Amino acid sequence: MTDLPISVEKPRRSIVDMIYDPATRGLIFQVLLVVALFALGYEIVTNTIANLKKQNIASGFDFLGRTAGFDIGQRLIDYAPTDSYLRAFWVGLCNTLLVAAIGIVFATVIGFIVGIARLSQNWLISRLALVFVEVVRNMPPLLTLFLFYFAFLKTLPGPKQSIQLPFSSVLNVRGLSLPMPIWQPGSWLIPVALAIGIIASIVVGRWASARRIATGQQFPVLWTTLGLIIGLPLLAFLAAGLPVTFDYPVLKGFNYQGGLVILPEFMALLIGLTIYTASFIAEIVRSGIQGVSKGQKEAAAALGFRPGLAMRLVVLPQAMRIVIPPLTNQYLNLTKNSSLAIAIGYPDLVSVFAGTVLNNTNQAIECIVITMGVYLVISLVTSFFMNWFNTRMALVER
Amino acid sequence: MTTDAATPGTRPPRLDTGPVGWMKKNLFATPTDSVLTLIGLYLIYVLLGGFIDWAFLRATWTGTDGKACTWEGAGACWPFIWNKLGLFMNGRYPDAERWRIYLTYALALGGLVPLMVPGVPGKLYLSLYMLLVFPVLAFILLTGGIFGLPAVDTQLWGGLLITLVVACVGIAASFPLGILLALGRRSKLPIIKWASIGFIEIVRGVPLVTMLFFASVMLPLFLPENVTFDKLLRALIGVALFSAAYLAEVIRGGLQAIPRGQLEAGDALGLSYPQKMGLIVLPQALKLVIPGIVNSFIALFKDTSLVLIIGLFDLLGIVQQSVQSDAKWFSPSTSTTGYFFAGLVFWIFCFGMSRYSASIEKRLGAGDRR
Repeated sequence: MTDLPISVEKPRRSIVDMIYDPATRGLIFQVLLVVALFALGYEIVTNTIANLKKQNIASGFDFLGRTAGFDIGQRLIDYAPTDSYLRAFWVGLCNTLLVAAIGIVFATVIGFIVGIARLSQNWLISRLALVFVEVVRNMPPLLTLFLFYFAFLKTLPGPKQSIQLPFSSVLNVRGLSLPMPIWQPGSWLIPVALAIGIIASIVVGRWASARRIATGQQFPVLWTTLGLIIGLPLLAFLAAGLPVTFDYPVLKGFNYQGGLVILPEFMALLIGLTIYTASFIAEIVRSGIQGVSKGQKEAAAALGFRPGLAMRLVVLPQAMRIVIPPLTNQYLNLTKNSSLAIAIGYPDLVSVFAGTVLNNTNQAIECIVITMGVYLVISLVTSFFMNWFNTRMALVER
Repeated sequence: MTTDAATPGTRPPRLDTGPVGWMKKNLFATPTDSVLTLIGLYLIYVLLGGFIDWAFLRATWTGTDGKACTWEGAGACWPFIWNKLGLFMNGRYPDAERWRIYLTYALALGGLVPLMVPGVPGKLYLSLYMLLVFPVLAFILLTGGIFGLPAVDTQLWGGLLITLVVACVGIAASFPLGILLALGRRSKLPIIKWASIGFIEIVRGVPLVTMLFFASVMLPLFLPENVTFDKLLRALIGVALFSAAYLAEVIRGGLQAIPRGQLEAGDALGLSYPQKMGLIVLPQALKLVIPGIVNSFIALFKDTSLVLIIGLFDLLGIVQQSVQSDAKWFSPSTSTTGYFFAGLVFWIFCFGMSRYSASIEKRLGAGDRR
């Protein structure tokens, strides 16, 4: 018996086989992509350098330290025309974040109310909510802005014929002037009391939920929390001897002086962004609530929950799981849409930095890249935070 | 005691049937409901009454300038709209050449309407016409310069024409790039995958305004000296890049919905990657995401109004320019009337498209439920 020679010859690999091998082919495509991207990048860089030299535009980020030389109508941090471009950047960024943060709060509240109203048993209310949603979300947000800014706020009477509102506030073409509280010495007690109130309510909340799980007994957490958070600072306020005075807006010459002035640009942007985003949030909330199975509501009813309580304790917490991811998208959209400010002259990041600073310095690349970078960072941070929040919510569910 | 005779049926209480019963059930079920209904009725009275008052009762219907609309308590200024209608629709496109715009619209409708109505035969030829023939025809008709058609500079374009051109070209041009990005994001090759993810996430993370700024001030710096783009083309590039990232995500959703078995079947048949994608996966995936694509188109259509920030006059831009700077038509109600008109046009387009998208979704859903 002879051993049969076992052929261990390796498969022959010709060039053609190599080309048809998926791995090799993938490698070739990727190399091609990298080469193409590099070629494109090289072309762009050389062209840009040539163009900048020809048009005599400086490059680099040195301009950030130079004097800005222009004023900004609304600022949350100190700023004067003698400050640097970098300072102007921070002022613009704060304005963007301010309008986005307030807009998100209002849009969420209105969106939830309208979304729940869409599912109301009351025929008239659900129809009204439907009309609101369909009218607002099918129009460009810029149009809503223009309507509120040019057709309403800019046609208000001048300072001398201002509309008088309660608490010495006045509304005129220059904006809404509110009395500004000025805190006197001794008012430090109030934030301290607020902090104590918040900590105490967290402790009470933990204790109440532990007791509920152990014994099933309810504790009026909401009222206790409200009492602690509002009552304690109020007590501190009284104990310190009302340490506050108000700076009221007063008509001096042709304009109102003093007080807290809310610019019409800010109001228009806030109203426009709020109602536009609210109409989308309403649809998200409606589909979220409809996504909770009907049995949950029926089970709650069987346990004797009133409809309002069933909505709050059974349906909404489950709907939140469906609602949160698209809601995050809407928050980001609102923040990005706040860049429409440039069309009505509200000094947000885009209008200060990609508008005025770009025109003054001509350094288009630096200005646009910084502006885009800021929005990108905001988007990424928000998505990370909301993803974290979402996983927490999902885990709490079941 | 038992009885075999049927008990005569009792009628429901009078107040629980008919219109009264309906109202009792749907409007006044509980005291809270009744209060809400009354508030709702009051809102309708104020809003609808105010609107009818403004748009009809106190409106000005004829006139040749803003003075006609300047009187105490004047409502809408309709002669402003009649007078400017041509401008709002076509911008400063020469009057004698406007038939070219209308012919383009007719050619588009001739292809689109039968495509959108279910059950019309010849969809393949219609799609080919819309994808290959119509763009060429539209380009020749609108820009001119050959076949004896006088050239019309894009600077003269404006109004609804720009809105439609930017939105349609934006979505059409972003389509191939969107498909490539979606396939790239799902690719197993790391460099291609991460390049696609990077592009999609960067573009989706920034506002359209900054993309338009990018296209209008940065792009010219990137090009060789002797190459210049006109403003409209730059805006189109910005819009197309922006929309490609969003479209890629929509298409990715469709690709994910295609079961693995489809790809494996393609492998078993010995198809190459382009064949598998082009013949098996994409046709199914794209059909699934038609509603998503229509929704992207609606968003893009609304977003075209932003081109006014870089100095192009779309429908909203040209209305805005007319109400703000045309001294002849200055009156207290001109701006409100102008915005109302622009809003109405945008609303009709967007609402119509969203109804269409909802109806397709329903039809696709009906197929799934079988």
